[in-house]
Amino acid sequence: MDTIRTKINIDPMTRIEGHLKIEVVVENKKVVEAKVGGTLYRGFEQILINRNPVDAIQITQRFCGVCPTPHAIASSQALENAFGIMPPANGRIIRNIMQGANSIQSHILHFYHLASLDFFRGPDVPPFIPRYEADYRVPTQVHEALINHYVQAYQMRLKAHELCAIWSGKMPHMASIVPGGVSIRPRIDNITTSLWRLKELREFIDTVYLPDVITIGEIYRDYFQIGMGGKRFLTFGLFDLDNEPDVTKRKRFIPMGRIIDGKAESVDTKKITEDVMSSWYDSSSHLHPSKGETLPNPDKSNAYSWLKAPRYDSKAYEVGPLARIALAYQTKSNPKIVQLVDDALARLQVGPEALYSVMGRHLSRVIECKVIADELEQMIMQIKLEEPVCTDHKIPETAEGMGLWSAARGALSHWISIKNGKIARYQAVVPTTWNASPQDDKGQPGPMELAMMGTVVEDSENPFALARIVRSFDPCIACAIHILEPGKSVKEFRIL
Amino acid sequence: MSLNHGFSRRDFIRWAVAAPAAMSFTEEFIPKLASALEEAVKEYPIIWLQASTCSGCSVSVINTIHPSIKNIILEQVLPGHQLKLMYHGTLMAATGSLSTDTARETAEKFKGKYILVVEGAIPTKEKGIYGWIGEKEGKPMTMFDWIDLLGRNAMATLTVGTCAAYGGLPSAAPNPSGSMGVTDVYKTLNIATPVINIPGCPCHPDWFIGTVAKILLYGMPQAKELDEYGRLKLFFARSIHNHCINRDYMDDGIFASKFGDEGCLLELGCKGPFTYGDCPIRLWNGSTNWCVAAGGPCIGCTEKGFPDAHSPIYQRR
Repeated sequence: MDTIRTKINIDPMTRIEGHLKIEVVVENKKVVEAKVGGTLYRGFEQILINRNPVDAIQITQRFCGVCPTPHAIASSQALENAFGIMPPANGRIIRNIMQGANSIQSHILHFYHLASLDFFRGPDVPPFIPRYEADYRVPTQVHEALINHYVQAYQMRLKAHELCAIWSGKMPHMASIVPGGVSIRPRIDNITTSLWRLKELREFIDTVYLPDVITIGEIYRDYFQIGMGGKRFLTFGLFDLDNEPDVTKRKRFIPMGRIIDGKAESVDTKKITEDVMSSWYDSSSHLHPSKGETLPNPDKSNAYSWLKAPRYDSKAYEVGPLARIALAYQTKSNPKIVQLVDDALARLQVGPEALYSVMGRHLSRVIECKVIADELEQMIMQIKLEEPVCTDHKIPETAEGMGLWSAARGALSHWISIKNGKIARYQAVVPTTWNASPQDDKGQPGPMELAMMGTVVEDSENPFALARIVRSFDPCIACAIHILEPGKSVKEFRIL
Repeated sequence: MSLNHGFSRRDFIRWAVAAPAAMSFTEEFIPKLASALEEAVKEYPIIWLQASTCSGCSVSVINTIHPSIKNIILEQVLPGHQLKLMYHGTLMAATGSLSTDTARETAEKFKGKYILVVEGAIPTKEKGIYGWIGEKEGKPMTMFDWIDLLGRNAMATLTVGTCAAYGGLPSAAPNPSGSMGVTDVYKTLNIATPVINIPGCPCHPDWFIGTVAKILLYGMPQAKELDEYGRLKLFFARSIHNHCINRDYMDDGIFASKFGDEGCLLELGCKGPFTYGDCPIRLWNGSTNWCVAAGGPCIGCTEKGFPDAHSPIYQRR
């Protein structure tokens, strides 16, 4: 039998943050090649050079309007590392609260407004039409409830933004995160109104969001086997619990670590490199982010992406809620996460392996959302009125700094070099660069590419399974693309 | 469907056809009534183009409370006026060429009648290859090409956010992608479509909804209603400093010298005296807060030249 070979091009990939393109080759209805590339370049690293180091907190927030909070925090951590200071308890706690609110906002937005329309039809009006004719399987009654929840979720994510803005001034793009802590002095009315907004969010997560993910998981049971990926996970953890100056030793509510070959391991940031074999760069490959170079060459043969390929110890790692939940579950470091995962798996009658899938990513996201929302109450209660919020700083002539944190969609690191009191180099290795990375120097595909391999595509005009896989990673291209350098002449520019 | 989203022509016909005997409607009568209904409700197709953006302005606009985003997408946003969000990369169901075909078809079908909303700056260097959305004849269709296609035939263009209005963050030195605001791009393309700027990083939802409502009910603003930067004076006539909660500190000579201190934030780099907008009285995110009330200096985000005109951000200008 002749092999039927079809190339499928999804450009633009909508309902994600930013501009992304997918190209796959399908042979006999199975994906045999998958390539992912971003289609926008802004050049933030170049913009940051020679500026006052403190300005990085404001500028790097503008990487992404969905997740400015983690960028502000990672950036301020890099500065604090370079300045040799740490925030006081209030500063640390208030940042945790802002991050918690932002993660809740992001997870609700992702599930309902970005991903859910892959599983049920919206109303028959724009922007819900036109749409792919996918295998929508949701029964009428559930369908009506989901549409109502889609609308309700808008109000809920807005409330999560309010919860953040109470402490940050506004959202998106925050005013109060500064080197050494925060600029806002806590007040009792802010504490009270935060608690009541949180209460509404927790009710929504418990009675709507979590049950909806379980319901869709029951209906689309096969998606616990689709989009598995490489089962290697990396996370830098989330929510500082102490003021340990060495960020890799700091105690975090959601732990830092890796999973490889089914085993939990620690993180050594020296082993992070960025490969460029498949990227349009002539710069040396396999460099540590603190030494990153960028020499563009759009004519480079066999390259197909503007994204570099971040690797840990020369291997591709998936980042995101699944990585964080898988590590916390495996190490039993957070009893509540273990309990919630076990309950969900029992309810769905699937084993832990099912987490490594499209539906497993959605499930991990909602479990994390619940755990964060439940923990936030205690964090808010830890704020101490009248105590300091910020440690004073002095900008050194020469210094280096690193910030490690987690955005909603995965491991985030910021790296700064200061010379003559100004930014000499700034690199950010962001979640989507890990997940949407191209092949590395050894030809190993990136996590998202790997997750698409072998997927059955029945109708190349309606490649909904691929859209579902890509969206399950919650790609955020505005974040990823800032590190890309453009070529000088790119007339023949194509991803494939 | 349990959502009440007004009574569209499609709903009307479905309802009328379902109950013809009971209602005694004739085949001839139905279209006439439906078209009367259509005249009563004026529809405005919206094409929302996200160019070189962080998506923060979309995220901000969906924070609108009254009207809610449901009111805006599914209902008459004002009596007799309904917006139709035909294209929005982050919110629409369609993906791939199905989505971009919708933008093209809308621009063709509603020539001169649709509102183009632009979010993000437009990369112009090397024919705009630094940013593209989908393909045209097998080649990347740049954001610059999209502006050319969609801008020319729009009834009006609204720029949401400082990037779309004036270039904003992507155009900060050394402006690696040659990014520009829409007004400047229109000049290079000889596009005469009127532009109203709704800057801010991000744009406040009330500023966006207020501008849309103004157009729907009273038509395009007259020149005297806009300032020299193309902003509605309604929202941008007075400086942040004018209404600032820290005015008394300034008058009393109390200045914060480090973050978290009480006092006027001028010495920490506050650009309130040089920045125009109603943040101190409108507030953000459900009127919970605004930058200065959180101890953060105003960074001048509604201004042309942001961020460079206000850099270093935390030093007194």
